Amino acid sequence: MQSYLYFPGCSLRTVARDFEDSALASARALGLELKEMQGWLCCGAVFPNVADNVMTNAGPNRILARARAESDTLVTLCAGCHNVLKRANIQAGRNLIKQEQINEFNEEEYKGGLGVLHFLEVLRDRVGFSVIKEATRVPLQDLPVGAYYGCLLLRPFEEMKLDDPHRPSVLEDLLASIGCSPVDYPSRTECCGSFLGVGAPDAMILLSRNVVQSARSYGAKLLAVSCPLCKYNLETSQKQDLAASSGSQPLPVVYFTQLLGLALGVSPQDLRLSQAQLETIRGDMRNTIESVSRP
Amino acid sequence: MKRVGVFVCHCGLNIAGTVNVKEVTDLASKTPDVVIAADHRYLCSEPGQALIKDSIKQHRLDAVVIAACSPAMHEVTFRNAARAAGLNRHQCEIANIREQCSWVHDNIEKATEKANVIIRQSIEKVSLNEPLDPITVPVTRRALVVGGGIAGIRAALDVANSGHQVYLVEKTGSIGGRMAQLSETFPTLDCSICILGPLMVEAYRNPNIKILRLSEVEDVKGFVGNFKVKVRQQPIYVKETECNSCGECVKVCPAEVPNEFDSGLTWRKAIYIPFAQAVPPAYVLDAKSCLGLLPQACGECKKACDKLGMSCINLDARPETHELEVGAIISATGYELYDATRLTEYGYGIYPDVMTSLEFERMLSASGPTSGVIRRPSDGRIPKEVVFIQCAGQREPETALAYCSKICCMYTARHAMLFHHKVPDGQAYVFYMDIRAGGKGYEEFVKRCQEERGLLYLRGRVAKVYEDSNRLVVKGVDTLSGKTVEINADVVVLAVGMVPSQGSRELANILKASVDENGFFAEAHPKLRPLESATAGIFLAGAGQAPKDIPDTVAQASGAASKALNLLSSPTLEREPTVAQIVNELCSGCGICVSACPFEALSLNRERKIAEVAEALCEGCGTCVASCPSGALSLRNLTDTQIVAMIRAGRY
Repeated sequence: MQSYLYFPGCSLRTVARDFEDSALASARALGLELKEMQGWLCCGAVFPNVADNVMTNAGPNRILARARAESDTLVTLCAGCHNVLKRANIQAGRNLIKQEQINEFNEEEYKGGLGVLHFLEVLRDRVGFSVIKEATRVPLQDLPVGAYYGCLLLRPFEEMKLDDPHRPSVLEDLLASIGCSPVDYPSRTECCGSFLGVGAPDAMILLSRNVVQSARSYGAKLLAVSCPLCKYNLETSQKQDLAASSGSQPLPVVYFTQLLGLALGVSPQDLRLSQAQLETIRGDMRNTIESVSRP
Repeated sequence: MKRVGVFVCHCGLNIAGTVNVKEVTDLASKTPDVVIAADHRYLCSEPGQALIKDSIKQHRLDAVVIAACSPAMHEVTFRNAARAAGLNRHQCEIANIREQCSWVHDNIEKATEKANVIIRQSIEKVSLNEPLDPITVPVTRRALVVGGGIAGIRAALDVANSGHQVYLVEKTGSIGGRMAQLSETFPTLDCSICILGPLMVEAYRNPNIKILRLSEVEDVKGFVGNFKVKVRQQPIYVKETECNSCGECVKVCPAEVPNEFDSGLTWRKAIYIPFAQAVPPAYVLDAKSCLGLLPQACGECKKACDKLGMSCINLDARPETHELEVGAIISATGYELYDATRLTEYGYGIYPDVMTSLEFERMLSASGPTSGVIRRPSDGRIPKEVVFIQCAGQREPETALAYCSKICCMYTARHAMLFHHKVPDGQAYVFYMDIRAGGKGYEEFVKRCQEERGLLYLRGRVAKVYEDSNRLVVKGVDTLSGKTVEINADVVVLAVGMVPSQGSRELANILKASVDENGFFAEAHPKLRPLESATAGIFLAGAGQAPKDIPDTVAQASGAASKALNLLSSPTLEREPTVAQIVNELCSGCGICVSACPFEALSLNRERKIAEVAEALCEGCGTCVASCPSGALSLRNLTDTQIVAMIRAGRY
């Protein structure tokens, strides 16, 4: 079984258990082990990305140093953690003076040499979507999913280099390989409002509402994301809107790993899919999914 | 022992500001062999040169060292002065204490010390220089022009009108280039083909110009004044001397492909005339899209032609290689557009109504796909709202082109204005970063456009273009109001940048001319030698050297032609004699130098089993000298003995 060292991050152990559980289960179904790294800590949220800050980089560099001691590759799931760790890793090789200061403070030396990969990159470049297509036991036939990228997975492109920041396709390609019909809607790469939800919730609601409306008007029945904060914002904006206007159904937001797991035959319980989410996914595929989840 | 004179230039404060000239002169005067050392504020001035000449005579000098600017600037000046005073030109050496010393340092003490070293080394070198006479070589008094756009046509006409023969090599089926595709030209709104057409015909009729269409330069050997060029011409299936452009062949041709002249907006047959005013006025058979030449499968065009009693079409034609001998080569390879599909934020190639500026240009043209009526490519409707995006993929060093293409501000203003003339109730929006309208009448033209009703200039960038309900949504920012804007448009026009034509890098390799970081031909000096490549005898014209507009292109073409004419005006030319020489007794005939020489100046004499230098071909680079394992090769006036002496003199 191919094994990758893996960094969970805080959200995945609290509000986003569904993300982690579904990712680990999907990986297992594909014959991959995501082995949790020793002594991980908070990545620092987006604060380490501030250009001139040394202190906030102590955290991510400790993570990188500890991961390097175990492996030469580190796999992430949360788009936010991925952005921070990948960019701290690039900085370590680029800004040597700053890196020396960080290493001096940390007393744990990190001098680069680690590859930081998002789980999507593992699926695309190491496993291959054609292999996933063959491993699919329950194709999510024609499910109209809106893939939502947000900002952190793709930008800044010069550093993230995961996919075209304007017209990405990695999520769509993955979803298509498990039978979905991804919906191409214009707002899929726009910002959800990020941490504005704390200080300026109205601005966040405005941005997230735009994403949801755009996806809905182009025919999406649910959204697939790779970031717990995006998911929170997209759901929160809808809660407010639905409270104001009764009648319309919310657009469920799931992690792409939950759809992947479902297609690979993992039970909905193990993927922590809620009843409402499952209802939407099922649609007219009710019978096929139930027959698989009933062992 | 030579009697050496040293002359140190202040160059105003260029040198004297960082180097203590008095101290340097004083020290030089105390160097063995030096009989006089003097300084002057401007040695290149007439009194400065007089000082050198007088000193040579008065002190009976055998050699002089001029400590001044780079030899690229004034070596010729000072060598001429030395010769005027009776010295051989090669008894004058330049010690570069400006570009390689004063300009790059700021510590006076250390810069002075370094200037002393540079001068000491030059004294050592000149003491060992031998007198040399220039190598005289004959000149082939013909020129080759590569590229048949406006630059190539203008340059060819200028050379031809001075009485020299010109080969005009053009890759496509007709001369005319990009300018033939344009509708009107800024800032005067002249019809482009109306002003270009007469020049094309003039070039065709000129007995001194031989147009080689469907041709590309395959190989260039030789050197300035004596190039041997191989040009490969695709098979000429339709004989231009017999074709009367009746067009019967086109009617029966079953193969259709996108028409390059209309930027792919229309279709053409496999046998076609490039455009109405094509020169030569003959049909072209495009072998790639023809349904079958080998083995002949279709042949409908030939049957139609033969039926009329004509015999223009020869489907058995073969490619031909022309071997040309010329003295000068003008590269006028032009430009093409940056690939707009790479600018994924604008959706070119995904949404049919997102067009490049050249496609829009064709639509504006009376000879274009819509006869000058502006229509949406998707449904043929006349667009009411058009968004023009300037600097598309330009001035973006991280993701696309770093440079500005110079012409887009002008043609976008023209496009917006012409759109508004053709669709009076339409609205044009122009997103711009800043307006660059430097040129005669340009600023006035842009102002006129900006003030026109129905044209809205928005200072800012577009973040995204997407399709919604059969229209395009353009999301951008207006930085003057500080607001984001969203425009529902029928058509979006991208002002994509100019990049060097396909194949120009390969041509540069063949010509041994260098290109810059963007692939444009590099000029020998950005200010003082903008018409020449660094390789002698290769001249540059048009957008292949850098993005430029038509007036600049024409001016540069005439300039390059006059440079070429300089060269062709005399039956012989003189070459620097500082070339490689061989000591026959030391040469083992191993042939390493032959393969090392980039100029094919070395060859192996199989009978005598030694290498030989063709002095006329040698550029004096010294690669062979470094490669020779037995020390048989040396450069004249840069021998190992001289180099060692210079290194020794460099020690403190």
